[in-house]
Amino acid sequence: MSTTTTGQNETDQRPATGMTRHLRAGLQQLFAFAGLILIMIVFSLASPVFFTWGNLVGNMLFSTVVIGTLALGTTFVIITAGIDLSIGTGMALCAVMAGNFITTMGLPWQLGVVLAILFGGLVGLVNGLLVALAKLPPFIATLAMMMAADGLALVLSNSTPIYIDAETAGGFMQLSTGTLIPRVPNAVLVFVVVAVIAGIVLNRTILGRYTYALGSNEEATAISGVNVTRWKIAVYAFAGLFTGLAGVLIAARLGSAQPAIGMGYELQAIAAVVIGGTSLMGGRGSIVGTVIGALIIAVINNGLQLMSVPQEWQNVILGAVIVASVYIDTLRKRAASST
Amino acid sequence: MTPLLSLEGVSKGFPGVQALADMHLQVYPGEVLALVGENGAGKSTLMKLLSGIYTPDSGTFELDGQPYRPTGPKHAEELGIGIIHQEFHLMPDLTVAQNIFIGREPRRAGIFTDDRALNQQTAELLDRLGLDLDPRSIVGTLTVAKQQMVEIAKALSDESTKVLIMDEPTAALNNAEVATLHQLIRRFITPHTAVIYISHRMDELRAISDRITVIRDGRYIDTVTTAQTTMAEVISRMVGREIDTSVGPQNVREGREPVLSVTGLSTKHLLRDVSFELRKGEILGFAGLMGAGRTEVARAIVGADPITSGTIAVHGRQVRIPHPARANEHGIGYLSEDRKRYGLLLNLSVADNIALSSLREKFTSAGFVRSTGIAEEAREKVRSLGIRTPSTGQVVNHLSGGNQQKVVIAKWLTKDCDILIFDEPTRGIDVGAKDEIYTLLNQLAAAGKSIIMISSELPEVLRMAHRVVVMSEGRVSGVLDQDRATQENIMELATLRPDSEPSVISEAGPQ
Repeated sequence: MSTTTTGQNETDQRPATGMTRHLRAGLQQLFAFAGLILIMIVFSLASPVFFTWGNLVGNMLFSTVVIGTLALGTTFVIITAGIDLSIGTGMALCAVMAGNFITTMGLPWQLGVVLAILFGGLVGLVNGLLVALAKLPPFIATLAMMMAADGLALVLSNSTPIYIDAETAGGFMQLSTGTLIPRVPNAVLVFVVVAVIAGIVLNRTILGRYTYALGSNEEATAISGVNVTRWKIAVYAFAGLFTGLAGVLIAARLGSAQPAIGMGYELQAIAAVVIGGTSLMGGRGSIVGTVIGALIIAVINNGLQLMSVPQEWQNVILGAVIVASVYIDTLRKRAASST
Repeated sequence: MTPLLSLEGVSKGFPGVQALADMHLQVYPGEVLALVGENGAGKSTLMKLLSGIYTPDSGTFELDGQPYRPTGPKHAEELGIGIIHQEFHLMPDLTVAQNIFIGREPRRAGIFTDDRALNQQTAELLDRLGLDLDPRSIVGTLTVAKQQMVEIAKALSDESTKVLIMDEPTAALNNAEVATLHQLIRRFITPHTAVIYISHRMDELRAISDRITVIRDGRYIDTVTTAQTTMAEVISRMVGREIDTSVGPQNVREGREPVLSVTGLSTKHLLRDVSFELRKGEILGFAGLMGAGRTEVARAIVGADPITSGTIAVHGRQVRIPHPARANEHGIGYLSEDRKRYGLLLNLSVADNIALSSLREKFTSAGFVRSTGIAEEAREKVRSLGIRTPSTGQVVNHLSGGNQQKVVIAKWLTKDCDILIFDEPTRGIDVGAKDEIYTLLNQLAAAGKSIIMISSELPEVLRMAHRVVVMSEGRVSGVLDQDRATQENIMELATLRPDSEPSVISEAGPQ
């Protein structure tokens, strides 16, 4: 994701080089980015509050963090042509586990955070085993996990929120609301760091390379001697770590682990990924795109709130944005293939 | 000289088919051995045995004097056999370099990819092979010819490759690209390596191969030295089976009126200037090799694929057919070779399938389906076509292939189609039932239906077709009247490159 900036000679017949490769994947991003800027301009004109540091960083970015983190992990899964529906309730489950580790079991909050993130990896691992080893369709496997995680979150919390004690584990809440850098919530900082890590893993590691290869042509990848079963499990498990982190971040923000908050987050995260130009057919996608996608959703939600548009209408508009962004991509691909 | 790769007495059977029987093959170091045979002669089974995808029922394989028993494509590669399949095994979203080194990419610290080293090594490889490719190009954006080169580079990136097997490597290449490929092959050949080159294109075989091995119906036929043979001889060995001439086309006569005229039909990808005429009460055979474009012609005519130019006239009136429903309105029915996917609703009944296409016109009143009408029609069709089914309510899935085919025919007859396009009408139908289908086709033609019969089986074409349209690479390479329709003539036209040198044609003897 080193180069996703200017210029695009997309329609001509010259083969894309490494640079234009990113542009190719990046063109949808470019549209998305342009869309993001456009929306921000509109909201800036509509509301004087919108384009202020407090609103943009304190409200909008802060509220993107959880969905954005989930979307980062899901980007990997979707690039393999899979899907993960379990990230929403999985996140709630991981939040509950963080609460259990820290409050119920009294572990140091730092250890609780690490364990909760690893627990997310475990959830992902199970998804991976179901998909790669048991050969269940990803939709079914992760739908089952979505329900199971929802139930487990309630069971393991006795269906009541687990509050984190601010006295003994105050650092935990600081993870979200503290300001290591003045006027920037730590949650935003955490998101930036993990987004960079996700980008490096996707573009610079073997895991990332095989993520693209799996989604591009799984059979060819297998014939080339890559152990596709093992790597697919690894992708789901890796994505699960982000679910775990999202659970930690949401618990830290709320100061408690709420067992029933997860449902619906998975679709917002998937929407962010799709708006960011990652193809549900696999093989194509990027972390930059996903971050832009998450920002678009956040900006729309935030801006419409400022304009006092009711929540119901915000969802309708979000639906239209998803359709529009993917339709533009479809049109572009059709144009490209008919030359 | 000892062979580099040798096969002795290799057999492989599948339920109902003996794909290979007592096959043998010798490849000597330093040579290009061409392997030729008709569709279904056993070439791809042989390939899959060599790449370890199948294991043989019997027989021995030796590579460089050692027993050769690959457990899979990767293992075969490690042992020194590189295979380039007809359909590419590439990842379109990755770069050239990423594709070539997938599974063994240079790493740093165990987990990080080293793209600099990757592109460097790829550039060196491409340079050594003399291929004009950018290691960082995305494979999906390359032309088919360049993708083919990526496949070749991938197969040759392992310098220990001793035998390179290429399955129809030029199927998608133009003449200049074919020449480049041949140069590449010549560069690869050393006193310690060999190439098995599978192709139908006779002119290419002459240009590149040292010897030609002919196989037919899963058996070894002969091996000839290319320089000492004619292509006509090779063709006659390929098709040389005995044909039962006691049964032939029926009611062949001149002077029938045309019902379907196709002129200059082209599509984006394959078809170029396809013209032919189908006449009333005629069975028009469509012959050609796999990928020649016969099915594509049918699909273009019925509007399943868009056409880029050309006209279609039905009963002398020019029509536009943008989608299959419109083809039905003009009385054209297409019977796909894949009946289970495109022809039938497998878990519905015989009667439901027969009525499917005509539900709206014939079997509804006020929006409700008239089951009694359907049942009547179905009973009538079951009787007249001789469909063997316990009842019209029987689920189609439980019928034999031959009877399923008859149900599809019944569907189009119910729809009042008088132009029927059969794509491989007897595929998957056992021998006894084939005769019934043949009889039925003859009856339909005699009753005035006009039939296009696409078939890959030459005996079937010769037995049924009044005239034969032969296709090669998306074009019509010839139309043969019944008296000139012989295996040799058809195969010659089918293996013709449309733009090939006339010498190849004249070599096959006087027409």
